[in-house]
Amino acid sequence: MAARALGFVLLLGLAVLPFVPMAGMRQYALHVLVQIFIWSFIGGAWALMGRFGLTSLGHGAFLGLGAYTSTLLWNSFGLSPWLGAVAAVLLTAGVAVIVAYPCSRFQVVGHYFGLVTLAVGEVVRLLIIAERDWTGGSLGLTLKTAGAGGSLLAAQSADKRVFYYAALIVWLIGLWVWVRLDRSMARAAMEAIGEDEVAAASVGVHVARFKLAITALSAALTAFGGVVYAQYITYVNPETLAGIGVSLRIVFAVVLGGMYSWLGPTVGTALTITLQEYLRVKFGLRLIGMAETIYGLLLILFIIYMPKGILGTLMERAARKTGAAVSPPQAVSR
Amino acid sequence: MIDPVFLAEAAINGLLLGGVLALLALGLNLIFGVIDIVWIAYVDLVMICMYAVYFVVQVYGWPIWVGGLTSVALGALLGIAVHLLIISPILTSAPVNQLLATGGLLFFLQSFATFLWTTDHRSVRLTLPRLELFDMPISVARLIAFGLAIVAMLGLYLFLTRTYIGTAIRAVSQDREAMALMGANPQRVYVVTSAVGGAMAGLAGALLIIQYAVHPFFGAAFGPITFMICVLGGLGNMVGAFVASFIMSEVIAVSGVIWSTEMGYVIAFVVFIVMIFVRPGGILARRG
Repeated sequence: MAARALGFVLLLGLAVLPFVPMAGMRQYALHVLVQIFIWSFIGGAWALMGRFGLTSLGHGAFLGLGAYTSTLLWNSFGLSPWLGAVAAVLLTAGVAVIVAYPCSRFQVVGHYFGLVTLAVGEVVRLLIIAERDWTGGSLGLTLKTAGAGGSLLAAQSADKRVFYYAALIVWLIGLWVWVRLDRSMARAAMEAIGEDEVAAASVGVHVARFKLAITALSAALTAFGGVVYAQYITYVNPETLAGIGVSLRIVFAVVLGGMYSWLGPTVGTALTITLQEYLRVKFGLRLIGMAETIYGLLLILFIIYMPKGILGTLMERAARKTGAAVSPPQAVSR
Repeated sequence: MIDPVFLAEAAINGLLLGGVLALLALGLNLIFGVIDIVWIAYVDLVMICMYAVYFVVQVYGWPIWVGGLTSVALGALLGIAVHLLIISPILTSAPVNQLLATGGLLFFLQSFATFLWTTDHRSVRLTLPRLELFDMPISVARLIAFGLAIVAMLGLYLFLTRTYIGTAIRAVSQDREAMALMGANPQRVYVVTSAVGGAMAGLAGALLIIQYAVHPFFGAAFGPITFMICVLGGLGNMVGAFVASFIMSEVIAVSGVIWSTEMGYVIAFVVFIVMIFVRPGGILARRG
């Protein structure tokens, strides 16, 4: 129960953080934390699939679809992003099912699944660029402002604290979904499917239904994360929200933290974002590219020396120390 | 309606592009087939080799063939380095980790190139004669690249079928456990394969730099299409990848003329996705 108490104290700390005076650093600290919450949520959404061997390299597609749907609906028709988010989530879940159904039907798994999703991500990125008349192409698109102070209807705010709490709640929702799924029968079914589809089907697991459901859920949450991110940054761009770059970044953060435990995506995302921010501040405009170079190098080293992620490795060590037989589920190949 | 001349020109350009794509896919496919790992950063290695040619030819003023040889040698060295430093420690890891390790290399190469050489576009200028066929201008640079790509592919084919180590490479790609039992050393086969794959990247770099300007994000432009071709052809299936290269390049070139360049790629990717479902084993695979 000590862990639960510790978690409670941590949450309380996060809740009061915006009111702690930080002498001018507050805006920046809040900005970094908001980013960590949103990307952790997205990472967690990816890991819902990833932990069961459905390695998607195209979550940028879902992210971009979500962010652009709500943004375009708001900019073109003045539809409130609250409704826009619903539209974005439904549309993205629909697209995810359209992609996932044939994948499941024709047993596209492993490398092939990764490459199909990668292609989907590129398709979305290129479509956004190609339809430049209304999406702004590679220049991106700025959300129309709803007024100086912000507006609840437009889900905009000039005060970073509003977004801080919103992002915190979104992040908690993500964790809640994870824990719910983890305790359900679906988890056992998905683990069986991830290890051996044919064997799972032979004991009565409805393989296609579970795969479609988990993909739709993961895509819907990712799209929602995209909407939240677009509302916060008030600018969307195909390079940062769709395509291979962002798709790989999401996967990296999760694998770094460990995709088999509920806090793994958060740990990985917090670490990569902190690292990126630190390198960016340290090198700034002096050595362009240096920050990313170190980032790439560290990623390679982490993946070679901590293949189960930071949290996975720590948990394994703790388990070995206490002599307990619990070990995180093995990585599923193919 | 689009002028048929434009379409014919696009078709010829597509054919010439196909040769280079085939070369790119060939090296990646060789590694893929033998080591069973996708080098996400493969085209970024090509990008580094392109810079090498640029510096040898444009900055230091050596003739182009020296640049080409440098590029091939550098590619082979890079291939060996990637295998020994990154791939070899994670040979038995989960596939996702293997993908991501080379993905990390992609970020590293991209940003290191930005750091060293900025994002300026650089190209090698060669004075080549102009060639016209039925009033359609044909790029001689592309023609040369196409020809050399075909020669290189034949060379690789002979290497794989006529030499001892080539036979070993093919054997490993068919059954790695059995090969180890037969007393062959897979590690040595892997290193040779990576060197040959890297050399192909170097050659591709040398042939690409005479047609395209190089910049740090060159890999991002050609990377995804190269993976698609490998899969479309059937992983490890050289002939399949060869055919797939021309299908993809024609789709890109022709629909690029009809709509736009981006739409050309969109259609190519959609074709890829559909083909995966219809023919998962590659276009030349027998339906089983």
